[in-house]
Amino acid sequence: MTAATETGHPNVLAKAVREGLFAGVVSFFMFLLFVGIETYQDINNALVWRTRWGLLAIFVVVAAVGRFLTVGFIKPHIDRRKLAKAKSGVLEISEQKNFFHRHFLKIALIFLLVYPFLSLLIVGKQGSLKYVDNFGIQILIYVMLAWGLNIVVGLAGLLDLGYVAFYAVGAYSYALLSSYFGFSFWLLLPMSGILAALWGIILGFPVLRLRGDYLAIVTLAFGEIIRLVLINWTDVTKGTFGISGIAKASFFGIWSFDTGTTNNFVKAWGLSASSVYYKVFLFYVILALCMLTAYVTIRLRRMPIGRAWEALREDEIACRSLGINTVTTKLTAFATGAMFGGFAGAFFATRQGFVSPESFVFLESAVILAMVVLGGMGSLTGIALAAVVMVGGTEVLREMSFLKSVFGPDFTPELYRMLLFGLAMIIVMLFKPRGFVGSREPTAFLKERRAVSGSFTKEGHG
Amino acid sequence: MEYFIQQLINGLTLGSIYGLVAIGYTMVYGIIGMINFAHGDIFMLGGFAALIVFLIATSFFAGIPVALLLLLMLLVGMLMTGLWNWTIERVAYRPLRGSFRLAPLITAIGMSIVLSNFIQVTQGPRNKPIPPMVTDVFHLGAITVSLKQVLIVVITAVLLFAFWYIVNRTPLGRAQRATEQDRKMAALLGVDVDRTISITFIMGAALAAVAGAMYLMYYGVASFNDGFIPGVKAFTAAVLGGIGSLPGAVLGGLLIGLIESLWSAYFSIAYKDVATFAILAFVLIFKPTGILGRPEVEKV
Repeated sequence: MTAATETGHPNVLAKAVREGLFAGVVSFFMFLLFVGIETYQDINNALVWRTRWGLLAIFVVVAAVGRFLTVGFIKPHIDRRKLAKAKSGVLEISEQKNFFHRHFLKIALIFLLVYPFLSLLIVGKQGSLKYVDNFGIQILIYVMLAWGLNIVVGLAGLLDLGYVAFYAVGAYSYALLSSYFGFSFWLLLPMSGILAALWGIILGFPVLRLRGDYLAIVTLAFGEIIRLVLINWTDVTKGTFGISGIAKASFFGIWSFDTGTTNNFVKAWGLSASSVYYKVFLFYVILALCMLTAYVTIRLRRMPIGRAWEALREDEIACRSLGINTVTTKLTAFATGAMFGGFAGAFFATRQGFVSPESFVFLESAVILAMVVLGGMGSLTGIALAAVVMVGGTEVLREMSFLKSVFGPDFTPELYRMLLFGLAMIIVMLFKPRGFVGSREPTAFLKERRAVSGSFTKEGHG
Repeated sequence: MEYFIQQLINGLTLGSIYGLVAIGYTMVYGIIGMINFAHGDIFMLGGFAALIVFLIATSFFAGIPVALLLLLMLLVGMLMTGLWNWTIERVAYRPLRGSFRLAPLITAIGMSIVLSNFIQVTQGPRNKPIPPMVTDVFHLGAITVSLKQVLIVVITAVLLFAFWYIVNRTPLGRAQRATEQDRKMAALLGVDVDRTISITFIMGAALAAVAGAMYLMYYGVASFNDGFIPGVKAFTAAVLGGIGSLPGAVLGGLLIGLIESLWSAYFSIAYKDVATFAILAFVLIFKPTGILGRPEVEKV
């Protein structure tokens, strides 16, 4: 075996051809029914079928060629590079960083601060609606959610699959309290966070004894229960119809963004009417909320409670024998994470003006968790990057109408959004199981701060 | 009383289906300690394979006997999903075995998203109804038992027996049990661990495919997002019975089926899923090992 890989390519190529053919045969049978046959309803509404041999052939060829290339060229290449790296003895984490790397955070923050004005400048008022709202706000909401979940999963090592429940609690708290009692956004924002934190404690309390996968499943169950209650408790939540006409946030009560009011923002500043001002305002609100989340996370990591979280993640038994109260440690992690989920929920409600249980399905929890894990658990930068790539990528896909000219007018890129999303999750995990940012900067250090590879940190037992 | 017995029969039918899916969860968890999140979607895939076989067979042979048709649906479904699950294990789970604990869970969630969206894209997002296959009903006093309910329970029982035989009486089953107890030791003693794990995935998928085909026969409709809710319920069943325990999975499945149908009959149909999830939470909180599970001792 070793002789074959060292002496040369013929054996590798033969193996690649064999594996490629095998992959072709396997994929032929795999896709025979699901791709080769199309089921559809005819005019009489009866289910009928037709064949799609061409598409099946494409699938099979792609699988076979892909496998051939992987085995024959990509894998040997990666192996060679790994070997060369191991021989040269250079560690994966290098001390040399270029200017961009060193000042990445400052550059990113400045870019975010000027982003709405940049887009206004480049594409104008109408065009920038899309960039500020669909890209900017949407991504930042997910960044905030992922950072909130990071406290629970990344720092305390508690695997939570029902995080979206707290997002839902926050959103419905704002929606219900503002439409029944008319409270303002700035009063309800902290209240939503507090209510969500309360739910975090309520849900966290019974699951304190559970660990790992069991904890994951119970949190999933809680998430689903909250969603099902929102659907079925129609007297209060209006069920699947959702709550619409949720009040907009005001500029700290000074100016309103509702048209027709006397203190309207546009009128007060003598601007031409456009909804873009509200979007830009919302962009800065969510940016501030994100920064708050990041600040709190960074500060908490240096405080006793943050240290306790990380100790809990590394080894629960050792943690307990050192006298750390695991009950309060776990509950504060749950509550803090839930609180940020609640803030994000309230913001989501005011931004959409509409909430329904549809927005809080399990898939959302999975997506947020995926961001935390793909970004490299515990690394705020990595998680933010993962959110940008994943949400931004799917939003970009929505914009790709030019693909219609390639694949025909029936082609709708949105349909493939989640499919590609799932594939991306698998592929990133396969190649970088430790996430995008695989190194950690410790908060406690002896002489100098040195980053360690993510492989040296544990992910906890839950 | 008749009403109660009627609900009992309905619950038993539903429970058989959940039990079959639960076995797949419990076996995979037992052998490699991961929650195969995509298993519910494997069940959905089995339903779709059966649906397509049904359409093709009935359009070519209009008067095909129902027994033959059903057999064909089950067999093709089992082969098809077995192949799928084998591939999925090879591609998405095996490279991450031995990696950190969350990694396979994330790929499994990704795989679940991929499978349901793959079916949505290739077969369309609408519900797929089929004409009823088995329509006979028996009347025993005031109680009605349909032939399809009898079929589901009987097929499940036969499969469970076959399955029990494989796990407890064959060399393959011995290899599986050895791998479950101690993977490294089993490998040292000459058990091909990779092959054993692959076969476990294939077996789990075959049972899920049967469940999917019977689900299709029972409700007469298939949809791309059929995988999630039955999947979570089957997982609940596996946990309720004690994860890792095969008889426990079946017992848990039957219990969940009974609870669901009795809850819908006597309380509210809208909250039946809430009841299931609440049971899951309660079991895990008060008896995390389930009914028949072994307690897990944690070592430092």
